[in-house]
Amino acid sequence: MKELRLMKGNEAISEAAIRAGVDGYFGYPITPQSEVLEYLMLEKPEERTGMVVLQAESEIAAINMVYAGAGAGKMVMTSSSSPGISLKQEGITYIAGAELPCMILNVVRGGPGLGTIQPAQSDYFQAVKGGGHGDYKLIVLAPASVQEMYDFVELSFDLAFKYRNPVMILSDGAIGQMMEKVEIGEQKVRLTDAQVKEKCPWATTGKDANRERNIITSLDLDSNKQELFNQKLQAKYKEVEANEVRYEEMETEDAEYIFVAYGTSARICQKSIELARAKGIKVGLLRPITLFPFPSKRLMELSKQVKGMLSVEMSAGQMIEDVKLAVECNIPVEHFGRMGGIIPSPGEVVEALEQKFL
Amino acid sequence: MTEEIIIAGFGGQGVLSMGKIMCYSGIVQGQEVTWMPSYGPEMRGGTANVTVIISDDRISSPIINEFDTAIILNQQSMDKFESMVKPGGTLIYDPNGIVNHPERKDINIYRVSAAEAASKMETSKTFNMIVLGGFLKIKPIFKMENVIAGLKKSLPERYHHMIPVNEKAITRGSEVVEEVQILN
Amino acid sequence: MAEKITNNDIVQEENLVYKKTDLLTDKSLSYCPGCGHGTAHRLVMEVIEELNAQEETIGIAPVGCSVLAYEFMDIDMQQAAHGRAPALATAIKRLYPEKYVFTYQGDGDLAAIGTAETIHACNRGENITIIFVNNGIYGMTGGQMAPTTLPGMKSSTSPYGRDVETMGSPLKMTELVAQLPGTYFVSRQAVHTPSAVRKAKKAIKKAFENQKLKKGLSFVEIVSNCNSGWKMTPNQSNKWMVDNMFPYYPLGDIKVPEE
Repeated sequence: MKELRLMKGNEAISEAAIRAGVDGYFGYPITPQSEVLEYLMLEKPEERTGMVVLQAESEIAAINMVYAGAGAGKMVMTSSSSPGISLKQEGITYIAGAELPCMILNVVRGGPGLGTIQPAQSDYFQAVKGGGHGDYKLIVLAPASVQEMYDFVELSFDLAFKYRNPVMILSDGAIGQMMEKVEIGEQKVRLTDAQVKEKCPWATTGKDANRERNIITSLDLDSNKQELFNQKLQAKYKEVEANEVRYEEMETEDAEYIFVAYGTSARICQKSIELARAKGIKVGLLRPITLFPFPSKRLMELSKQVKGMLSVEMSAGQMIEDVKLAVECNIPVEHFGRMGGIIPSPGEVVEALEQKFL
Repeated sequence: MTEEIIIAGFGGQGVLSMGKIMCYSGIVQGQEVTWMPSYGPEMRGGTANVTVIISDDRISSPIINEFDTAIILNQQSMDKFESMVKPGGTLIYDPNGIVNHPERKDINIYRVSAAEAASKMETSKTFNMIVLGGFLKIKPIFKMENVIAGLKKSLPERYHHMIPVNEKAITRGSEVVEEVQILN
Repeated sequence: MAEKITNNDIVQEENLVYKKTDLLTDKSLSYCPGCGHGTAHRLVMEVIEELNAQEETIGIAPVGCSVLAYEFMDIDMQQAAHGRAPALATAIKRLYPEKYVFTYQGDGDLAAIGTAETIHACNRGENITIIFVNNGIYGMTGGQMAPTTLPGMKSSTSPYGRDVETMGSPLKMTELVAQLPGTYFVSRQAVHTPSAVRKAKKAIKKAFENQKLKKGLSFVEIVSNCNSGWKMTPNQSNKWMVDNMFPYYPLGDIKVPEE
C-alpha cells in the first residue's frame, strides 16, 4: 500500500522535491511559504539523496542560483511568495531567455506591495503573461489540493526538461498552509553527473575534448539572430499550447452556466455547484490545471452549450481576460472575486452567479 | 458522510493539534481530510482556529462559512462562530471563561468542562483530548482504535508514552460532556 | 616588386616568440587596444591549462566589458545577470563540488549591483575563485562613475569629478571581503608590466589551486586601466593608474593563509 501522510501543501512540495530526485533548492524566507525551506532543512536532504539546499541572501540571489544550476543541467527549484516572486523576475527572464529548465513555486499572497500574507490569486498576469521583460512565457501549473502540490513537482520537471523552459507552480497561501491526505511516491535516485551530461548535452558540465564548449547566455548583440531566437521561442510556446493543455471538468454535461476557476477558487466553486444545484441552477466547473497553456479550445466548445461563464478568482479579475479571449464574445463572461487576502465563500459565489445571470 | 467542523479557541489550547489528530484518524479510516488553519500574526498569542473536514468523498471547498459542528473554547470564538453553525448542527463548548453562553434554539448545544476536568488529571496538557472525547461522544465519526492510531501518527515518537494518558482524557471527555437545554 | 607579406608568412614556428594558450579561442578580443582585460583573460586561461582543468572548469561571465568573456575562453561558461555571478558560482560549485568554478567580474558588477552576492558568497566561504578587474569606471556603457572611481576623478556621470560629499568614497571591496572569515586568500594585483603579470599569474594560480583545499573563497583583484573611458592613450592610462589608482588600491596580498 502507498504511504499516506497528512501534510501542508508547502511540506508536500518539499517532500515531493526530495523524492523526485531534485538536485538543488535555493530559497529565501517569506510568509506564507517559509515551510518549504524549513521542511527541507529539517529533512536533511543532503543525507537522504545528496540534494543541495541553500538559504540565499535574497530572492534575487536564489533565482540566479537556480539559473546556474539549471544551466549546469541539474534539477533545481526555488520557491517564494508574491513580493519575492517580483524580485525573482530578473532571473526568471534570463532563465527563459537561456532556455533552461527549472521549477519556481509561487505561494501567492495579496498585493500590491507588501500587501497581506493571506491567500490571493492576484499574480495571474505576472505568471501567465511573462512577468519579467521580453517576449517569453512560463508553463504555469495551478494545483487545487495538497496532493496536486505533491504531484506537480515531478510533472513540472518533466515539462521543464521536455521544453527547456521554466515552469511555475502557481499556488496560494490557502493551499500552502492547509493540510490534506497525501499519497507519497517512491524515492527516485538523483541522476549521476555522467547521466546529467548525457541528458543535457547543452549544459555547462565541463568541456571535454569531444565537444565544443557550452555557453549559457541570453545575450545576442546581432538583432537578426536575436529575432530568429525570438521566433524559435514563440514556436516552442505554440508547441506547448498544442500538447500540454490540462484541465478538469465537473458537472458540465448538462450545465447552463460554467464557473471558470483554478486553485483554491476552484475548490470553492465545487461547493458552490452543490449549493446552486440544490437550488435548481445547472452549473458546472471548468478548472484550468495549466494556466499557460490555457484551455481556450475547450472553453470555446463549452461556450456553444452554456448561457454564460463566471470567472471566479481571488483578484480583481485577471484570468477573465483569457476566458473572454477564448469564447470570442459568444456568450457573456462575468467576474466574481474577493481581494486583499479574503477567500470568497461558496455561498457568495452562488449569489454572484444569480445576480449576474439570473 | 461529510463532517465540516470548526475548532476555535486561544493559541496554546491545542486547537490545531486536535484538528490534526482528527484528520489522522480519518486517514486511518480511509477517509478524505482537509485541515485549514488561520495563519499569520493572528495566531501569535491571539485566537487560533482550524477548519477540519472529514468525508467519504472528495472534499470540495476547504474554506466554508457554515459548519456541521463548532467546537468553541473561548468567548471571542463563541461570538464569531455560534451563528455559523448550520441549523440542526452541533455546538460544543467549554464554559470556562464564557460569559455569554450560546442561545440558539435551532442547533444542538453541548457543554464539555474540559478545563476543569484537565486540572484534575495528571497533566493539564490533555485539555484538547478531553474536548475531543466530548465531541466523539456526540459525533462518533471515528472508531476509538482509529483515534489512537491517529494519535500515534500525529505525535512524535518521543511522546508516544503519553498515548495512554491521552486515551484516558478522551474517555474523561465522553463522561463530562452534557447537553444544554436552551429554555424559552 | 616584392610579394606582399601575409600573416601566414609571419606566423611560422621559427618566428614564434610567444604562443597563446589553446584555451583562448581564436576570436579577436572585443576589448579596446591597451586594455588590461586581454592579459587578465590570458592569465586565467593559462592557469586552467596548467592545472589541466579545461574539462573541470566552469566560468561565469558578468555584465560589463567582459560580458562576452565566453567568446574568448574555451571552456563551459554561463553569462550572469548584472552582479549575480557569485550566486551562479555558488550554485554550480555546490552542485559540482569537484569542479573549478570562477567568476570574472568588473567593478560595477561586483562592487555596486552585485555587492550583496559578492559579500555573501565570500561570507559563506564558497570554494570558488573570484577574479575582480577594477578599472574605476563603467567601461561598457560609456565611462560612467563606478563605486571604485577615485575622488575627484571625472566620468560621464561625475563630469566635475567624483565629489565624495555627495557620491561617497571609492569602495575597497577587496579589503572589505578580506575581513570575512569565509575568504581564504585575498590579493590585489595588476597586469601593466611583465613583473606585475608574473605576480598576478602566481596569485591567480593560487586562487584556483585553493579550490581543492575547500577552505573558502579566493579573491583576486586586478587593478587595471581603461584608456578609452579615462580618455587617455594606453601608455598615459597605465602611468595614471600607477600614480593615482595604486596609492588608493595598493598592490599585494591582503589575506594569506597561514602555512
